[in-house]
Amino acid sequence: MTAAAKIRPVASPNPLARFWWVFRENPGAVVGLWVISAIVVAALLADAIAPHPPHEQYRDAFLTPPAFARGGTWRYPLGTDDIGRDILSRIVHGARLSLLVGGIVVSLSLAAGILLGLLAGFTRGIVEIAIMRSMDIMLALPALLLAIVIVAVLGPGLTNAMYAIAIVSLPHYVRLTRAAVIAERTKDYVIASRLAGAGVPRLAFVTVLPNCLAPLIVQATLGFSTAVLDVAALGFLGLGAQPPTPEWGTMLADARQFMQRAWWVVTFPGLAILITVLSFNLLGDGLRDALDPRMRR
Amino acid sequence: MTSSPILEAIDLARHYRVNRGVLRRPATLRALDGVSFVLSPGRTLAVVGESGSGKSTLARQITLIETPTSGDILFSGRGVDSFDKSEWPELRRSIQMVFQDPYGSLNPRKTVGAILGEPLAINSTLGASARRDAVHEMMAKVGLRPELSGRYPHMFSGGQRQRIAIARALMSNPRIVVADEPVSALDVSVRAQVINLMLDLRDEFHLAYVFISHDLSVVRFIADEVIVLYLGRPVEKAAVETLFETPAHPYTRLLIASTPRADNTARRERVAPHGEIPSPLSPPSGCAFRIRCPFAARVCEDKRPELRPFANREVACHRVEDIAG
Ligand SMILES: Nc1ncnc2c1ncn2[C@@H]1O[C@H](COP(=O)(O)OP(=O)(O)O)[C@@H](O)[C@H]1O
Ligand SMILES: [Mg+2]
Repeated sequence: MTAAAKIRPVASPNPLARFWWVFRENPGAVVGLWVISAIVVAALLADAIAPHPPHEQYRDAFLTPPAFARGGTWRYPLGTDDIGRDILSRIVHGARLSLLVGGIVVSLSLAAGILLGLLAGFTRGIVEIAIMRSMDIMLALPALLLAIVIVAVLGPGLTNAMYAIAIVSLPHYVRLTRAAVIAERTKDYVIASRLAGAGVPRLAFVTVLPNCLAPLIVQATLGFSTAVLDVAALGFLGLGAQPPTPEWGTMLADARQFMQRAWWVVTFPGLAILITVLSFNLLGDGLRDALDPRMRR
Repeated sequence: MTSSPILEAIDLARHYRVNRGVLRRPATLRALDGVSFVLSPGRTLAVVGESGSGKSTLARQITLIETPTSGDILFSGRGVDSFDKSEWPELRRSIQMVFQDPYGSLNPRKTVGAILGEPLAINSTLGASARRDAVHEMMAKVGLRPELSGRYPHMFSGGQRQRIAIARALMSNPRIVVADEPVSALDVSVRAQVINLMLDLRDEFHLAYVFISHDLSVVRFIADEVIVLYLGRPVEKAAVETLFETPAHPYTRLLIASTPRADNTARRERVAPHGEIPSPLSPPSGCAFRIRCPFAARVCEDKRPELRPFANREVACHRVEDIAG
């Protein structure tokens, strides 16, 4: 053992603590975080929480109103749909699906977006022009419309809907990454890494990328809510998850014709979408303030 | 001065194309022109000049960050162009740089230990614990407590950061260190410490320094030879005593006269540099300094003065015999 081996590094004050200190100043973001945590727990424990299996049809209970309305029963707290399935159970299972879809879509588009953005930012020239112009074209079209086109080509279904949404949300990540890379790559610390012998892959992933993450994390959070909303929209249009899957958008579409008679069949799945999307947006705003002071209004 | 030169620059020039909007043709900006020097291990070459005189541009050519428009750089007597791919990493790590801004030159997301360990992680086969020992050893050498290797750069003062930057440069085991205004961003109170550290390290590692500064008072303590740049061109090149005792070029005189000196009891009259530096995009004809020069004559307008020997130095001035002779 040499003398140097005995040196114990002094711990840094936790950067996470600093982050939390700014984050909790924003009540909306904190509420968003709590709601999302609740949704995540519900999704994880769906089988335990849901009072009924999501596909079980109770033939004696078509369109039962929710428990607190006249004619309701606590057997079906949020009522049943037109073929007697418990709405609460379907919403809880739908949360699992929505979060899964959000997570997969965000991971796919984030990973591909970072790769393309780094490529564009580091190569410049023809590769950069090709990448950025394609992204501009994609951004010029309405995202949902483009997603519908892609699903129409790939064929309807939840998996293809996820691919479609991942593809249409790609441009945001590519642009953010490229802009951050271009701002960083001429900085002295990057040049110093080059002088130390770092090649382009190391510069991109080890030196530059960690300094570009803040706006990407914010975008990913907001992207989560877009993904939940878009997958519901595609489900509603019959292009996403197919019945009888308990997916929120599909539930809305199935129950549409009973809207006049039984308000609860559309209200509760709609609220689930609204609350989830809103929470992610609140969280995203709070993260933006805490992680990326430059973007603060 | 027995050792053979480690670095030579021969007639180095770097021109930039700058776009001037849609309607005008791109112009050529001569950021650097006609710079030559020879540098030996253990010696310091200072490059001085006002802001915009091309000092950082010169640093980027010497450190091989950019490729000069023309001219040659010789490393150990061999043109850097002739190094092939397998020799390049060795060449690259031999020429290191210390930057002006200690806040921008350290990766904010990496600990000091990771920053200092990076050159070893890239260029050596040392394991993690051997690297950590080397990092701790180097931190001690530059006057930092090795216990602080787990901290992030923002937790250090400017002077400490510059010590980290110096340590990082030395981790590559370089032969040449180019320091681009390493103390300009620091408090006056810590400048001397950093300069002294650099001098100690130069002797310990037998380094050759290219020390860039716009402040002549610093140069005096560290340099052996000085090049004075004006709008990208050398106007005077001399040993440090010669330059300070008997400055020859009017621009050098102006720089020295406008430098505050601590040892001066009867404060010398400060000569305010009259006139602005002309735009490097459209420098004056003939001698670029003539519009600010009190000795300017007809000949200065017509012909650009070349660097030529004069009293133990080189000067680019038509009238140097009349002024300094
Ligand atoms: N990449 C570049 N493109 C165009 N002009 C540049 C570039 N880098 C430097 N210059 C110009 O070259 C001149 C010298 O700049 P620089 O070397 O930074 O001077 P100094 O370091 O002495 O202040 C300046 O006029 C600057 O605007
Ligand atoms: Mg400079």
